[in-house]
Amino acid sequence: MPASLGSAALALAFLAAVTAAVLALLGSRGEQRWVDVSRRAVYALCALLTFCVVTVEIAFAGDDFSFELVAQHSSIETPAFYKLGAMWSSQEGSLLLWAWVLSIAASVALYATRGKLREVVPYATAVMAGVAAFFTGLMLFAGGVNPFATLSPAPLDGTGLNPLLQHPSMMIHPPMLYTGYVAFTIPFAFAIGALAARRLDAAWIRSTRRFALIAWAFLGLGLLLGARWSYTELGWGGYWAWDPVENAALMPWLTGTAFLHSIMVQEKRGMLKAWNASLIVATFTLALLGTFLVRSGVLQSIHAFGDSTVGPYILGLIAVVLIGSTALIVSRLDDLRSPKRIDSLASREAVFLVNNLLLVALCATIFWGTFFPLISELFTGEKASLAAPWFDRYTTPLAILLVLFTGIGPLLAWRRISWVSAKRVFLVPALVALAVGIVLVLTGVASENLWALALFVFAAFSLTGLAQEFWRGAAARRSLSGGSMPAALLAVTSRNRRRYGGYVVHVGVAVLLIGIAASSSFQTNRDLRLSPGESAVIEGRTIVYERPFVRVDPEALTFGAVLGVEKDGERAATLRPSRRYFRPTGSEVGTIGGFFEGEATSEVGLKAGPWSDLWTSMAPDIMAVRERAQAADRGFRACMRGAPGTPPQCAQVSRLMRAAAADPRLQPIALAQIERLQSATAEQLAQGYLADAGTATFRVIVDPLVTWIWIGGLIALTGALIAIWPARRARRRPAADGELEALKEAKYREIRDAELDHAAGKLSDEDFALLDAELRREAVEILDRANGGSANGHGAEGRPAHRV
Amino acid sequence: MDPGRKRKIRLVVALGVAVLLSSALVYTSFSASTEAKEPSELLSAAPGASYDLTGKVVPGSIQHQGELLRFRVADRDDASKSIPVTYSGVVPDPFRDGREIILTGTVQNGVFVGERDTLITKCPSKFTTESSAPDAG
Repeated sequence: MPASLGSAALALAFLAAVTAAVLALLGSRGEQRWVDVSRRAVYALCALLTFCVVTVEIAFAGDDFSFELVAQHSSIETPAFYKLGAMWSSQEGSLLLWAWVLSIAASVALYATRGKLREVVPYATAVMAGVAAFFTGLMLFAGGVNPFATLSPAPLDGTGLNPLLQHPSMMIHPPMLYTGYVAFTIPFAFAIGALAARRLDAAWIRSTRRFALIAWAFLGLGLLLGARWSYTELGWGGYWAWDPVENAALMPWLTGTAFLHSIMVQEKRGMLKAWNASLIVATFTLALLGTFLVRSGVLQSIHAFGDSTVGPYILGLIAVVLIGSTALIVSRLDDLRSPKRIDSLASREAVFLVNNLLLVALCATIFWGTFFPLISELFTGEKASLAAPWFDRYTTPLAILLVLFTGIGPLLAWRRISWVSAKRVFLVPALVALAVGIVLVLTGVASENLWALALFVFAAFSLTGLAQEFWRGAAARRSLSGGSMPAALLAVTSRNRRRYGGYVVHVGVAVLLIGIAASSSFQTNRDLRLSPGESAVIEGRTIVYERPFVRVDPEALTFGAVLGVEKDGERAATLRPSRRYFRPTGSEVGTIGGFFEGEATSEVGLKAGPWSDLWTSMAPDIMAVRERAQAADRGFRACMRGAPGTPPQCAQVSRLMRAAAADPRLQPIALAQIERLQSATAEQLAQGYLADAGTATFRVIVDPLVTWIWIGGLIALTGALIAIWPARRARRRPAADGELEALKEAKYREIRDAELDHAAGKLSDEDFALLDAELRREAVEILDRANGGSANGHGAEGRPAHRV
Repeated sequence: MDPGRKRKIRLVVALGVAVLLSSALVYTSFSASTEAKEPSELLSAAPGASYDLTGKVVPGSIQHQGELLRFRVADRDDASKSIPVTYSGVVPDPFRDGREIILTGTVQNGVFVGERDTLITKCPSKFTTESSAPDAG
């Protein structure tokens, strides 16, 4: 019953999406009525899909195995927390998630732009509703991916969730990535709308900038969680493997990063219009490609995929998006041209352009490497693939240059900067970078790895430069309004959220790259074979295998080791790496040997620290346990048959089993009985292992500074949050809509920025005087145009100077 | 020099550098790549050349000899064509009978010798379809 309701809601959602797309296109000719209705249809779509998601989640929470989806991805034993997340471990559930998140983002975007961007919104609505119609239609019509497919009769228990996925970050990671992918649909749709309506000023960017930032932050968080999962759950101790699906998520993040920078150039200077449109098209296409790769099986990857039915459809959508957008951009090239040029190479916009080229080059390199198996098959007929060293060789220098530019960009002012000003802002960071370089060379830390040395030096430059920016901004604020330094820092940040939020992101990225460089260049990595009582020394740490331990729970058998770690004669840590062998679910109840045929996962013993992590995993010797388990299974089967010599309880259990086979109502009782027996046997096996644990294999990794990857990532996310948070002023007054009004706003913002740069000592007095005069002249021109040429610039002159 | 011409020169230089860099990328990718082969294709493999072996672990063939792991890998579609494999290093969690693997290494005397820590096991499908559902984990 709930399944058919869900099905109906899904079908209605498809209709709502189609309706919204068609009405929006009708409304693009100027019929505002149709546009209003199409917006409401998108709200309805969101409500319907929310209903679908809630229905599925209720089925998961309540173990409703009449849902095929629930039966295949959950079980009674699955912990409640993972039941709620099991939806997106499936093909159909993840498609539903895609459509649902899109409908939410589209509703929010349309609500925020109601009454604004009148020419652009209808087309944007059509694009968003079109994409939503595609994904809901896919679930309904592609076959095999309807989340509301039912099983009759419903099985007693489900197959369960893959234990590898039972990790907290695995539950959050996919929705984060999807939200990231999906939220890029919004700026893409508005870009298409702006192109179609030929409204190519920066209005569409202002309305969707925040969505691009949100998408970027979510995608970044998704990548970070995936890396963390790999580090703590996959048992190999790495966080990035250049796996095709990882790359697929990284690529839109890179072009998205480029987009977030280059739209500022369009907002401020009206340049790079065609570039921005192309970047967002590329980003959205790459997001779709990521969605496709997970489901297609074209590339070999550790990420799971069955060859599924939806791959070709998504490929079709990608082709439509790519061809349609390109045609649209080409047909609007004349409108996209900007009369302005970049004034000087020593300006923020020039640095943004360089950073864009670096990011796109990085993305292109990763794209080539990821799809090389297909390219090679095309040219040589052989499917050849590229491994991590190839990726490292090209991405390392690009990443090092990028870290340098995270420092250079914030230090430069818009338009141009004179030699005097440049000396003033670059002096301290350059000296600090030099000092760090000398220290690293003298201590021999980096002599073996020049790339790492370069990265550390550039990161030192950037971090110092950013610290200097914060310091000077706060000092400027303090000289105006007094108060303590921290209060001034807080005030200047909250008044210029975009600027200082961005700087915080840069700090985070620099810290993250330091973590990556250090942990990948200076890692020590050893495999040890130890019996209880034995010890080994690695990187000055003595590791003692003190004793084995076991744990029996309904889900799994765990064999582990207690490791004592001593450093400088003192106990530094106790680690408990282990391996979990999961109880097979489904038909094969009642066998103990099955534990060792099903899934197994490594539980890592980790001691994290600011200087280095000590990472351990273990592989127990389970040969003996396995043999005893097989013997136990043989005994159990003999018992069930009622073979001679078996204890009297056997007859009782086998009677119960036969009765249960005839009467389904008895089945839960019989199952519980078998599980009790199974647990007792598992307990015995565990005791057997404790008595004779044998030699276990340990992998021990000493990973310097790896913690800073996670810390840097969190700093970057905090920065994104600061930049996303709406400023108080903007909340009070709705953003301007008219083109001239928008231009005026942008010009005022530019004047304020220049004043802040001057107050913070980034612009010399002469530089500032020149720039300010130029900006005010431009502002007056805009005001003249706004007032039909009658006014003479009172607005610009009369406006009080900005208080930093 | 007039600014238009200067811009043009700058563009040509930038494009030239881009073309140069990307051809280096293309060139090295062909020489740095390793060919993916199934066991049946490896029977005629060049000795010493590095390959990516792909295929399924033959059920019942896995043996642990201390740190060394011995098993056989068969073609994905033809279980009768298989090759013996030796490997040491990290064994991914999902590795077991019947799983699809990718392993980099060389052929020596008819045995595929895997490079340390290069074993990749494909997860049992997270996104199951009708046909692959029964062996999904």
